[in-house]
Amino acid sequence: MWEYTDKVREHFLNPRNAGEVENPDGVAEVGSIACGDALKLSFKLDENKRIADAKFKTFGCASAIASASALTEILKGKTIEEAMKITNQDIADYLGGLPQEKMHCSVLGQEALEKAIENYRGISHKRPEEEIVCACFGVTDGEIERAIRQNHLTSVEEVTYYTKAGGGCENCHDKIQAILDRVLAAKRSEKEPEGRPRLSNIQKIRMIEETIEREIRPSLQHDGGDIDLIDVIGNRVLVATRGACATCQASQITLKSFVEWKLKEFVSPDLVVEEVAK
Amino acid sequence: MRTVYLDNNATTMVSREVLDEMLPFFHDRYGNPSSMHSFGGQVARELSQARARVASLLGVDPEEIIFTSCGTESDNTAIMSTLLVNPGKTHIVTSRVEHPAIKVLCEHLAQKGYRVTMVGVDSDGRLDMDEYEASLTPDTAIASIMWANNETGVVFPVEEAARLARERGIVFHTDAVQAVGKIPIDMKDNAIDMLSLSGHKLHAPKGVGVLYVRKGTKFSPFLIGGHQEKGRRGGTENVPGIIGLGKACELAGANMEKENTYVRNLRDLLESGLLTAIAQSRVNGVQDERLPNTTNISFEFVEGESILLLMDQFGICASSGSACTSGSLQPSHVLRAMGVPYTMAHGSIRFSLSVYNTEEDIDLVIKELPPIIEKLRVLSPYWATQQGACTTV
Repeated sequence: MWEYTDKVREHFLNPRNAGEVENPDGVAEVGSIACGDALKLSFKLDENKRIADAKFKTFGCASAIASASALTEILKGKTIEEAMKITNQDIADYLGGLPQEKMHCSVLGQEALEKAIENYRGISHKRPEEEIVCACFGVTDGEIERAIRQNHLTSVEEVTYYTKAGGGCENCHDKIQAILDRVLAAKRSEKEPEGRPRLSNIQKIRMIEETIEREIRPSLQHDGGDIDLIDVIGNRVLVATRGACATCQASQITLKSFVEWKLKEFVSPDLVVEEVAK
Repeated sequence: MRTVYLDNNATTMVSREVLDEMLPFFHDRYGNPSSMHSFGGQVARELSQARARVASLLGVDPEEIIFTSCGTESDNTAIMSTLLVNPGKTHIVTSRVEHPAIKVLCEHLAQKGYRVTMVGVDSDGRLDMDEYEASLTPDTAIASIMWANNETGVVFPVEEAARLARERGIVFHTDAVQAVGKIPIDMKDNAIDMLSLSGHKLHAPKGVGVLYVRKGTKFSPFLIGGHQEKGRRGGTENVPGIIGLGKACELAGANMEKENTYVRNLRDLLESGLLTAIAQSRVNGVQDERLPNTTNISFEFVEGESILLLMDQFGICASSGSACTSGSLQPSHVLRAMGVPYTMAHGSIRFSLSVYNTEEDIDLVIKELPPIIEKLRVLSPYWATQQGACTTV
């Protein structure tokens, strides 16, 4: 069972502003039934160009309904300029937080809002320069990049939680990782001085090798297994398991909870370990 | 608020009679059955009785019973043992709708270089037996097909599947976790080599399972250690759990007829009541070859987690195959394998009954669920327009 806040439960059980505004000034529909959640948002402005009424219809889980309900409450009384500044985090905060796996519900709210404002302004909401990365859920590279930047995401798993991208056939995980690597590298160079010193690739690989030799290999060999470093691509550490590890059912757990943990501790918290067949 | 528990395929209540038999083995009779003293030796005798009770429910020899910690351990042991004792064979046959204890293990083995064939099912959830037979090859080490599906309750012709495997010298395993105690099982005259069951699905406690291994089946232990279970599963026995499972198997045998009359009748009442009261709803899974306690119903244009949480307000417990409840972003792999349309799959609810349910329970669901579906449909952007409606209903 999900750990929902009381506020999420309350908005789910008693949704505010359900329905559709008559003769809306802005309206948008995002998501789809195949994706498992969808949101139709409509709003109307008063004579002072403030949002007088906002309503929603949602197909989805409790947090999707609560997020849409929260969004309509936040919107009321705002000018378009103020509304444009609302982020998915504002929606999550209004509800006292959402489980990480459910953050995409708040992102859906923000997307609906952006598109409804574009609709009001008469702008086509197609972004032709953006490319679909996740075919299962129809998520573009631009949407993934915005989610990474706004929410400080660092792993493919987190991107999936926030945008759903990569949650289906998983074929796009490499593409998402490439976007992550690019955006994170850009973010680092944007504000370099703070944080720990940046490792050069050679330093990083050397430290990974040392950590495997000193911290990891002895334990694995003790159990009749072994591990080889195959490659390091960005923050992805590609390894192959040998000996008993190669046939051990627990080796995935070993890789994540032991190897990756050690490398994060001794080299860099951004590292992700992946197994390759070599 | 009264709890109306209709989630017995997830886990069951430990029966009072089962608990009563277990309790002495925590504080008073805590001896180790392997000990030389009679304080422990008397416990060993009780274990033998439990083993005999389990064997009797399945129609097997007590020596063919290996106690494990859960269904997953039994399933994993069966597959890994067979691969180990058949080192030349690299092919596994299973179905697309197995429990994760088999499915995820097989996916893991596929990454390790084994070849895995996952046989499909039709839109009613029935196994494609032609595809199954065609997938058996001289390189196949093991075929593992569940006896009954946990989500839909559809019962598979595993005895026929086992016969086809044996003709080709292939070991056959079945995950019978959902079948044992719900439908009669007699292993005497079939060709099934290994069978898994789990205590907590039949009113025994969590933490105890069984792997049945037919005499003459080559076997390699999964947990290696002490001589327990004749060296086939190391580790001190979960004595209270095993005692409980023995009693639960005895009760399951005694309740078999009730399960297939009383429980089936309640299930049918629930099913027809909901289908009548709620438009655009349908059962997932074939009508006849189904466990007597299970119904999986889809309510179009609404989402399962929302339904569950609203039912929770009335104390009603069930499960859903929706994406949001599966912890992934895709609806249940079982419903997808059946080709259930997305408009239906996200709104699927599984009700699974037991002998402890009453007609009052069923009446409450039939009273409270229709307004819940109506409330969510009014909220749904698809309901008014019926966009993407499922035309097959």
